[in-house]
Amino acid sequence: MRPGDVGNNGAGYVRPVGTTTATTPLPDGLVVVVKEECETCQTVVPVLREVAGRTALTVFTQDNAAFPGDPAATHDADLGISWHHDIETVPTLIKVRDGREVERTVGWSVGEWRRITGLDDIGEGLPTMRPGCGSMSVDPDRVDALRVRFGGSALAARRIDVAAAEDPLEMMFARGWTDGLPVVPPTEERVMQMLTGTSRAPGDVVATVPPDLVDISVEKVAIAAVMAGCRPEYLPWVLTAVEAACTDEFNMHGLLATTMPVGPVIVCSGPGTRAIGMNSGGNALGQGNRANLTIGRALQLVIRNFGGGRPGEVDRATHGGPAKISFCFAEADDTSPFGRLAGEHGIADGVDALTLFAGEGPHCVVDQLSRTPDSLARSLALKLQAVNHPKLVLAFDAIVVMGPEHARVFGDAGWGRDEIVAGITDHLHRPGAELARGAGGVAEGIPEAFAQADSLPKFRPGGLMLTYAGGGAGLFSQIIGGWVNGDMGSRPTTRAVTY
Amino acid sequence: MTTILDPTSERSLAQRERLARPASLEGLTVGLLDISKPRGDIFLDRIEERLVGIGANVKRYSKPTFAKPAPVDLRHEIATECQVVIEALAD
Repeated sequence: MRPGDVGNNGAGYVRPVGTTTATTPLPDGLVVVVKEECETCQTVVPVLREVAGRTALTVFTQDNAAFPGDPAATHDADLGISWHHDIETVPTLIKVRDGREVERTVGWSVGEWRRITGLDDIGEGLPTMRPGCGSMSVDPDRVDALRVRFGGSALAARRIDVAAAEDPLEMMFARGWTDGLPVVPPTEERVMQMLTGTSRAPGDVVATVPPDLVDISVEKVAIAAVMAGCRPEYLPWVLTAVEAACTDEFNMHGLLATTMPVGPVIVCSGPGTRAIGMNSGGNALGQGNRANLTIGRALQLVIRNFGGGRPGEVDRATHGGPAKISFCFAEADDTSPFGRLAGEHGIADGVDALTLFAGEGPHCVVDQLSRTPDSLARSLALKLQAVNHPKLVLAFDAIVVMGPEHARVFGDAGWGRDEIVAGITDHLHRPGAELARGAGGVAEGIPEAFAQADSLPKFRPGGLMLTYAGGGAGLFSQIIGGWVNGDMGSRPTTRAVTY
Repeated sequence: MTTILDPTSERSLAQRERLARPASLEGLTVGLLDISKPRGDIFLDRIEERLVGIGANVKRYSKPTFAKPAPVDLRHEIATECQVVIEALAD
């Protein structure tokens, strides 16, 4: 219904010009919203007639303009009245005084209708009670469009019309907006729906995104989240990941620009990971889980499309790697025998959190024979020594994603997080003479100045991080090797999730 | 017709003309920025030798770490002290 249109009863309710705003008032008296498709609405038609003859009654009909006919109704054709007055069920009976709603009831209840109308004899012969039906204004097929139309769009992004003969997916490939896989077209409806996932205003600035160093709003992050395939409930995780990535400590610019094959690895934990259906079990680092895959992808689409970081331009990776498309997983912190990484970084129990780590694709440690913690610690250390290069030490961090069967070996022996890390670290020391450039006939290595050192650890304190995820079967763990660490490069960055 | 929202930062790039290429480096100050990669100094020492040989003055600078962009102050310093800068990537 357009502003100023008159309902089908001619003398019915006339909306003020400039309607479909939240301030559109309802007429004084009684207001009932119905739709013909609803059996309960049909049931109350005789009651509407009774009421209409005795007091001021305005009926709005959502579907058929001719329903109920007697009494005549105003057609809420664009569902603006229903939207603005939060009609979730039909019939809804509302009492309005001085332009303000004072009472409402939903569905049919003879007692409630008699009380609100003040007519204590209506509805004779009808059932005492009937539940109502869903309002068309909350129909999942319509609600997104209604939100765009009536939600007072606060979206600021430029609108781009896709020509009728053009496939939106192909158009977005052509503009260079994808990571090589198709992206979901970010229509206003989808972006508005995405924004329901956070309490933050669309215009809030989230971070300054490299390499172009432009401030990104919640709205633009939501656009990337839509394109990545996220659901609205993932948005707080994406926003937090963007915030954590675009800090001096994480150094997303350097991570993007480096020739090394690293990307932002996102380790999520807390009850929220289960609420949004993230995978921390079998195949946690692999395919098949929407939340894991799309949260990581959304962050990278922000860097690509908003930050301007594209391969061959600022991104100078020699090989790149799968971590650069999306690398995001959940820890099984609810069943972990040694807590979670975020806890190690000071986040309180029960708080949703994520850690960003500049890392490459995972490497598997196969050890199906170790049944003592010492043997398994030595075994893991052998592989960890090789992160990036066995002769390069202290420059790179690593995350161990320990599978449940490996964790059990430590757990059964009473080793907690600190004991496991210390136990592995005990076997990660090498004499400087073995690591120096040229040692062992290999030119690569640490500077000759360190050749006299008795013993050098592979990792700096805190540089070996432990996480717990994976399926119940398989005596394996995964190692995620890092990039240049600390102030020289990137520090693991942990943040509580902001909703 | 589908309408979509622009995922980019929608910024308009400022266009600036390049300075004219100098006919000769003689007497000019050339900045050499070491990005702090291993052996970068060996390469730049040789470049400095060659530049000095053709009459250029050379000033050397280095980034604190190759893994981060050059700090703003350093870029300003180079811009104010040099007429020419050689910017290169290691690896």
